[in-house]
Amino acid sequence: MMSLQDELQNEPPAKLTVDHVTKIYRGHRQTVHALEDVSLHVNEGEFVCLLGPSGCGKSTLLNLIAGLEDPDSGSLSADGELVTGPGRQRMVMFQEHALFPWLDVTDNVLFGLNLKPQLSDEDRRGVARAFIEIVGLTQFANASIHELSGGMKQRVALARALAPNPQVLLMDEPFAALDAMTREQLYDDLQQIQQKRRKTIIFVTHNVREAVCLGDRVMLFTPRPGKIRGEFKVDLPRPRDINDVEVAQLASAITAELKNLLQSTPS
Amino acid sequence: MSALSDPAKSTATRRSEPSALSQAASAIGFFTLLIAIWEYGSFARWWNPVLIPAPSDIAKFILKTLGNGELPSACWVTIKRLLYGYLIGVALGIPLGLLTARFKFANNTIGVTALGLQTLPSVCWVPLALLWFGQTEKAMLFIVVMGTLWAVLLATDHGIRQIPPIYRRAAATMGSSGFHLLWRVLLPASLPQLVSGTKQGWAFAWRSLMAAEIYVTVLTGFGLGHLLHYGRELHAMDQVAAVMLIILLIGFAADKALFSPWERFLRKRWGLTV
Repeated sequence: MMSLQDELQNEPPAKLTVDHVTKIYRGHRQTVHALEDVSLHVNEGEFVCLLGPSGCGKSTLLNLIAGLEDPDSGSLSADGELVTGPGRQRMVMFQEHALFPWLDVTDNVLFGLNLKPQLSDEDRRGVARAFIEIVGLTQFANASIHELSGGMKQRVALARALAPNPQVLLMDEPFAALDAMTREQLYDDLQQIQQKRRKTIIFVTHNVREAVCLGDRVMLFTPRPGKIRGEFKVDLPRPRDINDVEVAQLASAITAELKNLLQSTPS
Repeated sequence: MSALSDPAKSTATRRSEPSALSQAASAIGFFTLLIAIWEYGSFARWWNPVLIPAPSDIAKFILKTLGNGELPSACWVTIKRLLYGYLIGVALGIPLGLLTARFKFANNTIGVTALGLQTLPSVCWVPLALLWFGQTEKAMLFIVVMGTLWAVLLATDHGIRQIPPIYRRAAATMGSSGFHLLWRVLLPASLPQLVSGTKQGWAFAWRSLMAAEIYVTVLTGFGLGHLLHYGRELHAMDQVAAVMLIILLIGFAADKALFSPWERFLRKRWGLTV
């Protein structure tokens, strides 16, 4: 039996747990320690940014959480259950939009929905329509993917990832290839969606300001071997704008810390 | 002549693309002129009309054999053989291509075989096919299948291999696996290669069947190739030219009927120009 004291002191159960995970890629020429002894707890509804230079293993960690790859040691769990493969509760948004060119916008958004049982076709269409509207592409519902601009493609990818109503959204530098104006619009959209729908989001980026603008917490990664070396809580009110002074101030503090860490890392 | 000057006029106003109508007009004008010169040349005996039959003689032959049912039945025999052989070739080629793309062992065995046999003109199978199956429909079928199978197999294999890995990963995170992944992701993702591969397979099947029909007389059916062959034996060049024309038209029509819808789809969705 749990006492009242325990109950009150207990933190809410972690949505995602990464427990002492190591991942090594053995190539023909060299062995890369992509991740070494990485642990991370993410609470429900939390927006966590994984920040670090390229090649520091942050994308690898995201793939492991997604269940697309297996760790060499350690374990990952979602909702207390061991991650053994991809799961519909954890949707991924990639840096490339990864939309299917043989489907139009609506059918792309429907792809994940169609794999969800206990929904009628009519419901699925309705949900798809709603998410296409949320990302502002109602006019393009029947367009082919190649007809869309880069920003519109990422919006469709966002709608596709959100439509099956996953609890966790894993985002791997989804806006890196977009122009600044489109990106800022998407920062707004993403914050709104996250707050309204209480999603747990893990967001990989190498852009410090982006991390501060979006995250409740920013985890600092350093490469070779990939490790979490620091953590910043971001207690700024939402919605945040990437051009806010507070965002810029915190970002420069984090940048300084990251530089420090990188210099102290033997390369 | 006015048909020829039309495109020039429209290019003056809009340089990039003359209208479909003026393009069609210039094509029709070209062929009308060609046939007119041809007919006149035969009439004026610029060449020996036995060697180069006049368009009017070819038309007469076509009308005659259409009337007595000889031509339609030959067409039907040939098309039936072609469709059976082609469908078998595709039905074997696509699954085998999936296997070679997926399994190293299949690739090292079936894949290598396909690569080798692909380079062999399928008419080379005629002697063996005759020995194995005799002068039967089976021999015909075998030759057409050999013409289709390897091209389709290799196109499928290539199509599956070039799929960006990200499609598979994206589909996996959305819960797609096994047959769903194959049917809803892998096959559609390789559609551009599948279409060009099955189209190539069709062209090979058509060529091998014509070669087979010219070489092999099968008593169960008298196809276009045979008609062509007997035209040669009888020195009836109007027959030869007429059959050639029919073969060309069937090939053209089949190409349009079978592949145009797919190519339109590719253009629309992928934005490809094929």
